[in-house]
Amino acid sequence: MGEILNINHLSKTFGTNVVLTDIDFNVNTGDVTTIIGASGSGKSTLLRCINLLETPTSGDVIFHGIKVADGGMSEEDYRAKVGMVFQSFNLFNNHTVLSNCMLGQIRVLKKSKAEAKEQAMKYLEKVGMAPYINAKPAQLSGGQKQRVAIARALAMDPEILLFDEPTSALDPEMVGEVLEVMKKLAHEGMTMLVVTHEMSFARDISSHVVFMADGKIEEEGSSSDIFSNPKSPRTKEFLTRFREDN
Amino acid sequence: MTIADMSFIQRMIYIVQTYSGSLLKGTGVTMAIAIICTALGCLIGFGVGIVQTIEPKRSASPISKFLIKFVKVILSIYVEFFRGTPMMLQAAFIYYGASQLFGINMGMWKAAILIVSINTGAYMAETVRGGILSVDIGQTEGAKAIGMNHFQTMTSVILPQALRLIMPQIGNNLIINIKDTCVLSIIGTVELFFTFKSISGALYTYFEAATVTLIIYFILTFTCSRIMRYLETRMDGPANFDLATTDTLAYTSGLNSAHVPGRERL
Ligand SMILES: Nc1ncnc2c1ncn2[C@@H]1O[C@H](COP(=O)(O)OP(=O)(O)OP(=O)(O)O)[C@@H](O)[C@H]1O
Ligand SMILES: [Mg+2]
Repeated sequence: MGEILNINHLSKTFGTNVVLTDIDFNVNTGDVTTIIGASGSGKSTLLRCINLLETPTSGDVIFHGIKVADGGMSEEDYRAKVGMVFQSFNLFNNHTVLSNCMLGQIRVLKKSKAEAKEQAMKYLEKVGMAPYINAKPAQLSGGQKQRVAIARALAMDPEILLFDEPTSALDPEMVGEVLEVMKKLAHEGMTMLVVTHEMSFARDISSHVVFMADGKIEEEGSSSDIFSNPKSPRTKEFLTRFREDN
Repeated sequence: MTIADMSFIQRMIYIVQTYSGSLLKGTGVTMAIAIICTALGCLIGFGVGIVQTIEPKRSASPISKFLIKFVKVILSIYVEFFRGTPMMLQAAFIYYGASQLFGINMGMWKAAILIVSINTGAYMAETVRGGILSVDIGQTEGAKAIGMNHFQTMTSVILPQALRLIMPQIGNNLIINIKDTCVLSIIGTVELFFTFKSISGALYTYFEAATVTLIIYFILTFTCSRIMRYLETRMDGPANFDLATTDTLAYTSGLNSAHVPGRERL
């Protein structure tokens, strides 16, 4: 399977605050990689660096062998291929559900309205939001918003989808509907990089798990490596806390 | 019956009957200047406000960073100067300055429109900047994350939301402009206030003429503020949405993806 993303010795500091240190890992086509770790360990910052919402202080984000920051491809072209789903949804408040899913296709991918609409409907149906095409984001529940946000990202036909704690802002009864959609995508072979606090979800769907602590990768491996057989004491401690919580 | 013998009400009726032509013309001039200048002022304000919110990319060259900074400084001087001095003096300064220094007679219309527009623009620039900044940063990140560039993000996502946020301010400016065109009488613009001065000067009925003119101003501003309210609710769209039925779904997901009337807003 081909390598899509290669995170190469990436570090990030904010002023004197070192948030990420020498992060190094790869994502291959079809991988479902989850990033877990305590609050403040730098997971969101890592995803934001990968999507170039933050500029890494050093190191590279390499997409199909091209260093993105070097101008080998434009930020916009890169982001069109690397979708992102945010904790806070970030749906366009001035657009309807349908229009949220069409806008990027029309303005960035230069598709016709008819094509964009067909594609948008396909993914809105997949996430179960097709009946809501005329609603504005403010008229939806959190779980519904997040499903639309996933459809919006999918409608761009990305090669990989980044998720930053997609269920953390949701009421407990809405977490399930979003995780269901993500499981479905994982089974269909979508390449995903997911930051999550939903440990049982991470255990069940991950092909690869990265455990972060203090801005470093403490341990990584397959789902069973990390969840059944953790090596590092910090990983063990983190997972024990999670087991106690559940 | 002479003016001196009339009652208050009779005098007002007399003024309206005798000077209906001048009053209408004055009203027309006032409204034309107010509407044109509010519109032009908004354009200027959007232009300036958008430039003020440009953050150069980190990868931008030092020259372009310097240029952006330079333009921003010039624009802030413009904003501060025109917000910080009386429009009546600006009018005199520009109108008489143009004729004395450059021998240009701008003509009343051009001068009036120029002065009120750049004044409104100075106020609107700050309003627009504030409007853009108060749109949640998540909206920008959502747009960037699907590959939209700065221009696309602005035009499709940020500015429409900023415009809705500042609609009350635009209404405010329109109303202020309706009233403030009166300072243009200093350069001889025959607007509503100028008409009031002519009538009261001719008849020596200051109280009645003022009452009539006040009522006209109030009708103008009140109507405009209602129209602006109406536009605001129009922009908000319907409070409820229809669940798309299987009918419309079949319709919209078909290959021809025909336009469903009123169902699309792009
Ligand atoms: N713009 C910024 N300026 C300075 N420090 C920042 C900035 N953004 C994040 N940080 C710091 O970086 C550290 C990591 O933050 P980050 O949001 O990446 O953690 P996280 O692992 O996603 O945590 P959580 O699980 O709570 O979402 C935190 O200490 C945070 O204060
Ligand atoms: Mg986070």
